[in-house]
Amino acid sequence: MAKSKSAYSVPGKIGKTERHIFVVWVDNEAGVLARIAGLFSGRGYNIESLAVAEVDKKKHISRITIVTEGTPQVIEQINLQLKKLVPVHKVADFKRGEKDILFRELALFKMIANSKKQEKIKKLCKKFNPVILDKTKKSFVIQVTALRAEIDKLALDLKRFGLISTSRTGSVAMTKGAKIFN
Amino acid sequence: MSKLISGAEIVFKALEDQKVEYIFGYPGGAVLPIYDELKNHKSIKHILARHEQGAGHAAEGYARSSGKPGVLLVTSGPGATNAVTALTDAYMDSVPLVCISGQVPTHLIGTDAFQECDTTGITRPCTKHNWLVKDVNDLSRVLHLAFEVATTGRPGPVLVDIPKDIQFKKGKYKFIKNSLKKKLNGKAIHKLSNKELDKFIDLMKKSSKPIFYTGGGVINSGPDASKYLRELVSLTGFPITSTLQGLGAYPGDDPQFLGMLGMHGTFEANNAMHDCDLMINIGARFDDRITGKVDEFSPKSKKIHVDIDPSSIGKNIKVDLAVVSDVSELLKSLIKRFKEKNKNFLNSNKQKTSKWWEQIDKWREKKSLNFINSTKIIKPQHAVQRLYELTKDQDTFITTEVGQHQMWAAQHYKFNKPNRWMTSGGLGTMGYGLPAAIGVQIANPGKLVIDIAGEASVLMTMQEMSTAVQYRLPIKIFILNNEYMGMVRQWQELLHEKNYSESYTAALPDFVKLAESYGCVGIRAKTPDELDEKIKEMIEVQKPVIFDCVVDKSENCFPMIPSGKPHNQMILGPEEDEEISDEGKILV
Repeated sequence: MAKSKSAYSVPGKIGKTERHIFVVWVDNEAGVLARIAGLFSGRGYNIESLAVAEVDKKKHISRITIVTEGTPQVIEQINLQLKKLVPVHKVADFKRGEKDILFRELALFKMIANSKKQEKIKKLCKKFNPVILDKTKKSFVIQVTALRAEIDKLALDLKRFGLISTSRTGSVAMTKGAKIFN
Repeated sequence: MSKLISGAEIVFKALEDQKVEYIFGYPGGAVLPIYDELKNHKSIKHILARHEQGAGHAAEGYARSSGKPGVLLVTSGPGATNAVTALTDAYMDSVPLVCISGQVPTHLIGTDAFQECDTTGITRPCTKHNWLVKDVNDLSRVLHLAFEVATTGRPGPVLVDIPKDIQFKKGKYKFIKNSLKKKLNGKAIHKLSNKELDKFIDLMKKSSKPIFYTGGGVINSGPDASKYLRELVSLTGFPITSTLQGLGAYPGDDPQFLGMLGMHGTFEANNAMHDCDLMINIGARFDDRITGKVDEFSPKSKKIHVDIDPSSIGKNIKVDLAVVSDVSELLKSLIKRFKEKNKNFLNSNKQKTSKWWEQIDKWREKKSLNFINSTKIIKPQHAVQRLYELTKDQDTFITTEVGQHQMWAAQHYKFNKPNRWMTSGGLGTMGYGLPAAIGVQIANPGKLVIDIAGEASVLMTMQEMSTAVQYRLPIKIFILNNEYMGMVRQWQELLHEKNYSESYTAALPDFVKLAESYGCVGIRAKTPDELDEKIKEMIEVQKPVIFDCVVDKSENCFPMIPSGKPHNQMILGPEEDEEISDEGKILV
C-alpha cells in the first residue's frame, strides 16, 4: 500500500493481536449482560466466547468470562472501559497461555451410533473426562471438558462417527494454587 | 417510621435534597403523575421546552455555565427518543445531566404499548449508566445514585426510567448518601505521590521546547482548576494551547497563549505541538481533530497526560507519564511541590526556552487568523471580532451551533474565564446553541448570553425561541447568514470539485419577520458600516433577539489542516489552495 500523507484519521499501524481472557465480576441485575456486550460491539471489539452465571447468591454477583482478541492497546482499552461500568466490581485480564491459569470449556455431543461405534467414540474422548449423559440403542449424548482447541479437534474427529449436534459453553478460568484473582 | 409517599413525590423530594432549582422538560402521558406533583414543590421551577432535544441542550447549557448538573424530564416513547441526541452530546462532551423519563406501566412493558420504547436499551450506549425502576422502594436510592454517577469522575449523562404505576405507588423516601467514591470511574481515587510529582517536574526541568495542551477537563474540574492552571503557566513560563472545549480556562488574550490547536487551530499552536520536546496534556483526550494522523503526531516529544478517566489515557496516543487525577488536585499538589523545590525555575528556564519562544514568535508572524476584510460586504470573521470588541467589557456567555461560524467564534472570540463558552465539540450537534443559550441564561440571569449561529444550524431548533420568549430570557441569536451549510460547502469546494451538492438552502425564512412572529426582536445587518451600530442595538434590547448578519457567502474557514497533508503543513488562506490527494479525500 502506498504511504498516505494524510493528516486525518488514517488507520495507524495495526499491531500484533493477542488472545485474552477477561474475568469480570458484576452485579447480577437486569441488562448487565447487554451493557457488557454493547460495550464490545459499540467499540468494535470482538467476543469469541462468553460464559456467565451467578456465583454469589447472597450478594447477587455474577462472574462473566470473555475470550477476546486484540492488540495490546485494544486489550488495555477493554480492561479500562469495563472497569468504568457502574455494575462492574472487578476485572481480571489474562493472556491465553499464561502458566498460572486454568481454562476449561464444556461440550455436549449427540451421536447417532450403534454400540460398536460407541466404544470407539468413548476411546476417542478418553482424555477429556467423558460422561455419557443419555443413551439409546441408536444414539447417545456425551459430555467432555477440555480446552477450546481440543474440543475443536474432537468435534472434527467425531464427524465421521455420526455427530449430529454440538453444544458448547464459553471458556471459564481459574488461577492455579491457593491464589485467587486480584 | 417515615410515612409513605407516592413515587412522583419521591422524585421531587430527591430533587429537593439534591438542591435542584430548575428542570427542563416536556410533559406527556407517562409522566403526568410527576407533572401533577410539580405544583407542591415551589423551590423547583420547570422550564417548558418546545422539543425534548431542546430541553436536553438547555439542561446542558445550564450545567456547563453553572457547574451544577442539568435535570431533564421527558415522557416515554418519542419523549425519550427525542432526548437521545442531547444525551449523546452530553456524553461526548462530559456534561453532567440527569434525565428522568416516564415509561408505560410495568404490566404493559414489552407489549408494544402506546408510546412505549425500550428507553434503557436505546440510551445505554449514550449514558454513563441508566436504570429502569420497577419497585417504588428503589426509587430514592436510584435517584441519588444517578446524581452521584452523573457528577463524579468524568461527568456525563444518566437516565432514570420510571413506569407510570411506580409514579403512583406509595413508598418510603430516604436520602441515601451513596458512595461511589471508592470506585470513581472504576478506579480508586488516585493519591498523588511525591515520586510521581517529582517525575513530572523533572520532565519539565529537562525540556527546552515545552507546551501545555489543555482541554475541557480543566473546566469540568471547577473554577479552582483554571486558577491553578494560570499560576502554573506563569510559574513555568511555558507556552500554552487549548482545545475547543478548554477555551476560557486560560485567558485568550495572554501572551503565553498560542490560541486553539487542531484542524482549525492557529499556525503557532499546531507547529508548536508538532515540534515540542515535552507535551503536557491536562484534561484533553487526543481527539482525532487534534492529532490528525497519529503515527506522525508530535514525533519528537515526551508526553504527560493528566486525565480523571483512566480509559482516556493511552487510547489514541501512547504517553510517557500517565497521571489519573482530577485536574484541580493535580495542579494544586504540583504547584506546591514545584515551589518547594524549584525557587529559581523561571529565571533559569527563561534562557533554556528562549530559542523556543523565538521560534514560536516566528510562527506567530504568519498571523494565521488574518483574513482579507472588505468594506462592501461583512466578512464573518470581522463580525465575530466586532462582537467580541463590543461585548468584552461585560461578563458575556457564548454558545454556538456547529460549522464554520463555530470555528470563527473559537478563533476570534477571546475567552478569559471558564464556563463562558458552550459549544458542541464531540458530537458536533447542529441546533445545540439556541437551546443551550436558554439554559445558560436561566443559570445566569442578567448576564449577556449570545448564540453565535449559522442559519442552517439554528433552524434545527428554532422552535425554542418560543421558550425564550415565554420565560423572558433575553438571549441573542447572532446568525452569520451565508445561506449555505458553510462547512459542508467548504469541504465540497476543497475535496469534491466544487460540486455543492445539497449544501445551499433555498427558501430561508426572513429572520427579522420570524423574530417578530415569535414576539422578540429582529435585527438585520447587511454592510460593515452598520454592523457596530446594530450590534450595540442588539446588546441594549432587553428581549430575545434574532440578529441576521448577512455575510460573505463564499468565505472559508482558515487556517486549516487539509486532508492528505502532514500535521505541520497548514493551509493559511485561499491563495494557498493546493490539490488534495485522492487518498486524502476520504479522510474527512
